[in-house]
Amino acid sequence: MTDGGAPLHEVGPELGTAIIAAMKRAGVGFVLSVPDIVTSQHLLWPIAKDPDFRLIRVCKEDEAFGIAAGLSFCNQRAVLLIQQTGLLGSLNALRAVGVELEMPICALVGLQGRETDVEPGASAAYGVRIVAPILEAMGIEQRLVQTPGEAATISGTIDEAYRQSRPAVVLL
Amino acid sequence: MMKSDECLKELARLLPDQIVVATYRAAFEWMAARPSDLNYLSVGAMGLASSHGLGLALGRPDQQVIVLDGDGSLLINLGSLVTIAEAAPKNLIHCVFGNGTYAVNGGHPIPGAGTLDFAGLAHAAGYRKVLQCADIARLSEAFAKALQQDGPIFVDLRVEHEGEIPLDYDALFSAERRRLFKTELNRA
Repeated sequence: MTDGGAPLHEVGPELGTAIIAAMKRAGVGFVLSVPDIVTSQHLLWPIAKDPDFRLIRVCKEDEAFGIAAGLSFCNQRAVLLIQQTGLLGSLNALRAVGVELEMPICALVGLQGRETDVEPGASAAYGVRIVAPILEAMGIEQRLVQTPGEAATISGTIDEAYRQSRPAVVLL
Repeated sequence: MMKSDECLKELARLLPDQIVVATYRAAFEWMAARPSDLNYLSVGAMGLASSHGLGLALGRPDQQVIVLDGDGSLLINLGSLVTIAEAAPKNLIHCVFGNGTYAVNGGHPIPGAGTLDFAGLAHAAGYRKVLQCADIARLSEAFAKALQQDGPIFVDLRVEHEGEIPLDYDALFSAERRRLFKTELNRA
């Protein structure tokens, strides 16, 4: 994809495949999503067609926090697949459900507007630059994943979130 | 209109051992009406009771899940009606206490109080069945039938609150209560 000639940041096919494999190793059965252009082609569409996942399309990202919490009580694992704009729009749910109620909310978050080959902290896009500092201020476990090798460790991130019953965010 | 305490007393009779998700005002009253480790109190982020309920219903399709939602809460998460209808859990009954106010935030009227039709919204969203109950006799008959039917079912409860109730926020936010819920849920 391009935007006026500059390639837009998105998760590519190899990274998408690696992330899905990691999710399956971590026993994720449910994916809760509002579509995100960064992850749409090589994550959300494959997930939508994969019989190993139950995809729940939500209208607003806040819902996903409640659904994931309910599922966790049933010993079922879910991952949120959303855009950082939706994460920012649901910070209260992340605060209340993830942090204060100590729920294992795991989110894969596409950084829409990030320039390719620019670290998010150095992005010209305000909505990209502020995500990591906000998560840090909230004390949320977070990682940036950019390669299939890094994606392989997402299963460990999910496992740890469920072991400690606390949220974790993987930025893409 | 039903008195909310009488409504909850009847629901407690009809729901001896189901998973019940209750939020804020309904949660305070429900804890007294039906003390049970299968009470799930949706707190912290107003509006998410319906979503917590959906998660529980999806996670335990073998158990009935009843959500006791507030009308102000549901307005914050109105899209959840569409999400629930599409996910179509057969084991979910979603009730809203339609008293027209933000009961624990000063008693202010909700937008659309007196004109908003939650049953109509649920019907348009695609719930399998929609009920409206304004008296105990209707509640008893209709709810008993609903428990035998496939959901998702929406129940618009026309209630009025009387008097103050003790607001035990420590109980509402209790981590021990959540732990007991999870233990009991996974024993069933």
